Amino acid sequence: MSGLINRRGLLKTTSAAALALGAGPFAGSIAQAAPQKGGHFRAAIPGGHTGDSFDPITFSDLFMSVLGAGAIYSRLTEVDADGNVVGGLAESWDASNDARVWTFNLRKGVEFHNGKSLSSADVIASVDHHRGEDSKSPIKQIVDPIEKIESPDDHTVVFTLTGGNADFAFLLFDYHLCIMPEDAIGEGVGTGGYVIESFEPGVRAVAKRNPNYFKGDNRAHFDSIELINMTDASARSNALLSGGVDFIAQADLKTLKRLSAAPGVVINEQPGTKHFMFQMITTQDPYTDNNVRLAMKYAVDRQAMLDKVLVGHGLIGNDQPIGPANRYHDPDIPQRPYDPDKAKFHLKEAGLDSLKVKLATSDGAFAGAVDMAVLYKEAAALAGITVEVDRVPGDGYWSDIWRKRPLCASYSSGRATEDWILSSSYLSGVPWNATQWSNSRFDELLIAARTELDEAKRREMYGEMQRLISDDGGVIAPLFTNHVEAHNDKLAHGQVGTVSEMDSNLLIERWWFA
Amino acid sequence: MNPAAKLILQRLLLGILTLLAVSMAIFAAVEFLPGDLAEATLGQEATEETIAAIRRELGLDRPPVERYFVWLGNIVQGELGVSYANGRDIVEIMGGRTENTLFLAAMVAVISVPLAVGLGIVAALYRNSLIDRLINLISLSAISIPEFLIAYLLIVTLARSGLFPSFVVIDDTTTLGSRIYQSILPALALTVVVSAHMMRMTRASLINVLSSAYVEMAHIKGAPKPAVIIVHALPNALAPIINVIAINLAWLVVGVVVVEVIFVYPGLGQLMVDSVGKRDIPVVQACSLFFASVYILLNLAADIGSTLSNPRLRHGR
Repeated sequence: MSGLINRRGLLKTTSAAALALGAGPFAGSIAQAAPQKGGHFRAAIPGGHTGDSFDPITFSDLFMSVLGAGAIYSRLTEVDADGNVVGGLAESWDASNDARVWTFNLRKGVEFHNGKSLSSADVIASVDHHRGEDSKSPIKQIVDPIEKIESPDDHTVVFTLTGGNADFAFLLFDYHLCIMPEDAIGEGVGTGGYVIESFEPGVRAVAKRNPNYFKGDNRAHFDSIELINMTDASARSNALLSGGVDFIAQADLKTLKRLSAAPGVVINEQPGTKHFMFQMITTQDPYTDNNVRLAMKYAVDRQAMLDKVLVGHGLIGNDQPIGPANRYHDPDIPQRPYDPDKAKFHLKEAGLDSLKVKLATSDGAFAGAVDMAVLYKEAAALAGITVEVDRVPGDGYWSDIWRKRPLCASYSSGRATEDWILSSSYLSGVPWNATQWSNSRFDELLIAARTELDEAKRREMYGEMQRLISDDGGVIAPLFTNHVEAHNDKLAHGQVGTVSEMDSNLLIERWWFA
Repeated sequence: MNPAAKLILQRLLLGILTLLAVSMAIFAAVEFLPGDLAEATLGQEATEETIAAIRRELGLDRPPVERYFVWLGNIVQGELGVSYANGRDIVEIMGGRTENTLFLAAMVAVISVPLAVGLGIVAALYRNSLIDRLINLISLSAISIPEFLIAYLLIVTLARSGLFPSFVVIDDTTTLGSRIYQSILPALALTVVVSAHMMRMTRASLINVLSSAYVEMAHIKGAPKPAVIIVHALPNALAPIINVIAINLAWLVVGVVVVEVIFVYPGLGQLMVDSVGKRDIPVVQACSLFFASVYILLNLAADIGSTLSNPRLRHGR
């Protein structure tokens, strides 16, 4: 292990993972209640589409990230329930001191569902699937900085990056970076805990336990699993209440009280990184003036939005994307209050008595976007800001409204690492920087933090970046949402991961029937 | 040539023209929608390079007219093509779904047609009586309640108690018995929706005929009331009833997406809505061609039915 890894506490668990073949990286958390094998697990989850396939490039929603990345395939690394990166198909790794060259040692003796042994060629082919000129991959941004991938031997893979990135091992946990056999890319043959038996895209999937799973005794407890795509939130609640399924994702918040009152129903709620936003394009008037942006930010009644849009199932945001579910969230930044007087003050600073803006919104952007806009209109009126709520079709929202209208509703699922979300959406000039915000101090800090090895210094840098976005950036980010799920009391689990929904998408292999 | 055969041939040829027009209209409509498959699939994650790569691979960078004719050329050769989204064969995608949709429609038809026509006859027979008013009240209420509410009411009353499943899980291995059992709730919801319409048409058209002179004659000569209705009146009232039944059956095939979503029934409606959302044009086109064909064939069947029920039309001049 290099000095980098030893100094960075978050990577320290790697050494534990290296020894973990027998004990399992989760020995600690699972010990409290010993998991049992067996049972047929049925879950109703949304986000399945008729266009789904086992090609990770097409993974775009919950159904396939849970089924594909979470059950059929494995990834090189895994983020555990505490937010540490631990071993997946890679049992250990090592980074050069500038965090540019990453060497991963693969587990030996891992077999794909078709009997083929895992080798470094498979890893290279799986990552290369996302790279190159003709890449159709949604994670092109993650793989673009990979300069080259080499395999000195069958069980070693060396990534050379164009620039240092201390979080690289985290990025490999992205749900698109599934490892597949080089001769069967995207065919549903993986090394995961479950082998697919039947799959009807947009409808249903059935899989049975992989007897040769490399995480062996500590994971993949259910004998078989069945995922049913249910778009309608009421249908999911009914399925759980009538005993047709054991688990539902994305429980309906408006009826959650009634659902949780039903006998045998348990609610599982975790803070998430997903946040709702109104985005102001900072290169278009009137949002070129930071006083206008601040006025807009002070005119938001966040508590009302939390109470009404999320029925309390979320956290209040502070106009920047790093929330309490992130590692480097800075809790010391004072929360911006709803303060119409302060908003008026900033308007005056900008030389304005009143302000009239048009806010494009749609429930197709995210559920609750229209309610949120109407609440904003009410609250902002007291600050002398007239918000005209322009309700647009959800169809084509991301291509025609987002990044085009000067003010529009938007959301981000957030990312597992700070660098990832900030580099993709806030760095000057990157395509997803939807507000076209540009701040040289921020850019400088962001690049420097990527290779900063001192944990305390790095935390401080991310704190300053959060302040910069909050005080100067183009996003009004009033809410972080919780992941709210429900299940029957037959299911048991250890500590639940928060990288993404359903126990960081790994619920199928982490949970069991008590 | 037999006039009935001539009619059928004529209508079938017209039907093919209609299909052509439908395919053009649908293609243009999807084309006018904002965004294409590349943008719809990638959503927020879209970058210029990835969008360009997807367009290149699927040929979406070609002009729309060219793409339409390429598609049409394939259709003429019997090639429905593959889904843009995941490359699956469209015949394979639609096969099971079509079967499911037709199964549900057939099940509803078997329940609702005899029920509606029967109730309509009873209502006409005892016009303005208590039973007529009751049937009218129930059917008018049923037609006024939106179908999703009926579906939820059925779930709350019949599924929560564990009597019937609240959602449907069917595939090739499902037995017929289990298929029927699982489909009862969606079938009931749809029965409520379509029966009212058919029942009211049966009643209205029967009452119309019942007021004519020859029915009065039948009464006067002492024919029993049921015989007057069934033997004398009903044949002359059949034409409009058949038309309404055909329209309702067509709706059962093409218009039940809401009920499909609530009961998680894997039918064609969800497939089409999903594919429109993703701008998966080949799938949308294939679905709409199927839907249009169903309309054309059912309309044809209705016309043949009304023709056969009418001796004047049946025998020509």
